[in-house]
Amino acid sequence: MVKKGEWVRIHKVILKPEERAPQVPDDTKKVPLEMWVKGFLQEDANFGDTVEIETVTGRKETGELIELNPYYTHNFGVFVPELIEIDKQVRGILFGGDK
Amino acid sequence: MTKANDYTSVMARKPEVMLDSIKIDYSEFESGSIAFDYERMMREAGYTIEEMEKMQLETGVGNTPLVELKNLSALARKVAPEGKGARIFIKDEAANASGSFKARRAATSCYHAKKLGYKGVISATSGNYGAAVASQAAKYGLKCIIVQECYDSNSVGQPEIIEKARACEALGAEVVQLTVGPELFYKFILMLEETGYFNASLYSPFGIAGVETLGYELSMQCRQRFGKDPDVVVATNAGGGNLTGTARGLIKAGATDTQIVAASVDLSGLHMASDNDFNRKSFTTGHTGFGVPFSNWPDRSDVPRSAARPLRYMDRYVTITQGSVFYITECLATLEGIEKGPAGNTSLAAAFALAQEMDEDKIIVVQETEYTGAGKHVQPQLAFAKDNGIKVCFGNPADEVPGENIVLPEHPSLIKPKDLDLNKMRKSLIKTALKTYTMDPTEEDIKFLVEETKTDVDFVNKAIEEIKAAL
Repeated sequence: MVKKGEWVRIHKVILKPEERAPQVPDDTKKVPLEMWVKGFLQEDANFGDTVEIETVTGRKETGELIELNPYYTHNFGVFVPELIEIDKQVRGILFGGDK
Repeated sequence: MTKANDYTSVMARKPEVMLDSIKIDYSEFESGSIAFDYERMMREAGYTIEEMEKMQLETGVGNTPLVELKNLSALARKVAPEGKGARIFIKDEAANASGSFKARRAATSCYHAKKLGYKGVISATSGNYGAAVASQAAKYGLKCIIVQECYDSNSVGQPEIIEKARACEALGAEVVQLTVGPELFYKFILMLEETGYFNASLYSPFGIAGVETLGYELSMQCRQRFGKDPDVVVATNAGGGNLTGTARGLIKAGATDTQIVAASVDLSGLHMASDNDFNRKSFTTGHTGFGVPFSNWPDRSDVPRSAARPLRYMDRYVTITQGSVFYITECLATLEGIEKGPAGNTSLAAAFALAQEMDEDKIIVVQETEYTGAGKHVQPQLAFAKDNGIKVCFGNPADEVPGENIVLPEHPSLIKPKDLDLNKMRKSLIKTALKTYTMDPTEEDIKFLVEETKTDVDFVNKAIEEIKAAL
């Protein structure tokens, strides 16, 4: 159970595949237009329920409750060895490296 | 009565919603034919350089440093013909509040919104403009909503866009994230109707005029330090506002001999509205997917007449590969000790190559940088590309195929700009103008098309003849 007033994230399909714009390419036309938005939960609810939230601008949106206390996990990525190669090469060309 | 919310009905309401949300009656500037009074629109709806400098100064925008990249210039000289290799400078726009030149555009838009008494601002953007609007809205106590195209149908988000969502939220904005598709504008219009907020469009006269201070400033900085204007200014080109505003600022400063070069990342072959292609590209802005269509026909934006009209100002338009931009971004870090986001380095990669065509005493200015951070940085972006099945390798950038591989140059001498055919683009603009308005342009229309394409009456007349003959 997620309590009323908690900070949550919801998901909603806003256009079904058949409702999409005529100009979208075929692969995009096969899938719905989806939306994610965050706000304060308006009533106690469970994950998966259709709920109403109030966003930071005071707007109301409805959608499926998917996350409580949502947070970001994007990062600096895994090691990319090519970057070390570039550093070594250009420092070598410019400063002579260790040759 | 409840309004219909299906796609077609909502889009049909676009003109009235736009009028309410931006308070510019564009019909005032129309001639009823192809021509419209662009300069009057910019004058009457926009602000003067002095007014903008003042409002920007008060909100942490502008007066960014012009930094010489001595080591990168030296590297260019190592691979350039004898005596070639211009001095490369960057205008460090990452120093603006919110970390990019977009702060200039947002500063004027939010100032204007506040002046007109709006309670909030909305912008449809997946780029740095979102954080810029959120930042300026915070300063003015305006509410702010940013609508982003962020995920593919597997809910996989572009790391660069996710970082921008984080930045917008950190600055107090509501972020509405959507999957791929042009229907972003559908949701955008619905929210403008719902909230009555100001449309902080990237393409309004204030949105473009805000960048004029950038061009003006860099001319003044060059004159003060070198006693002359820059020989070449390179601007990353997507929607055209960056280039248009910078060029207009340079002209206002009197820097009419400076050559203006547009640069975009080459994403040819990838469809911008394709769900499959969305995460197969490493650049979400500054690329040909926006740069080419918006140059060929600016009036495809969220306002009736875009204030961003890049073909009016462009002397040359080059593309550069994704791998070359990543490579130069890494060079900037390792040779200059400056870490910046890759998208802002599109024009730097182009400048590195263009400098090699110029004499050593010439000055080439890259007019922006952008902040870097988790998600929008060479390493996560290359790691993400690999995760999405893109082959990352060393080789000749000429062999790069967008969506299949990213070729990091195996030697800096292999970084080469590819010239786009400007005359072809100019003809394309003329053709669309004829098809949209009239096949029998008036004298005023011809004059307008000359200005639109930075050509002459002969060029426009010949193009019209060719277009009519081909019908």
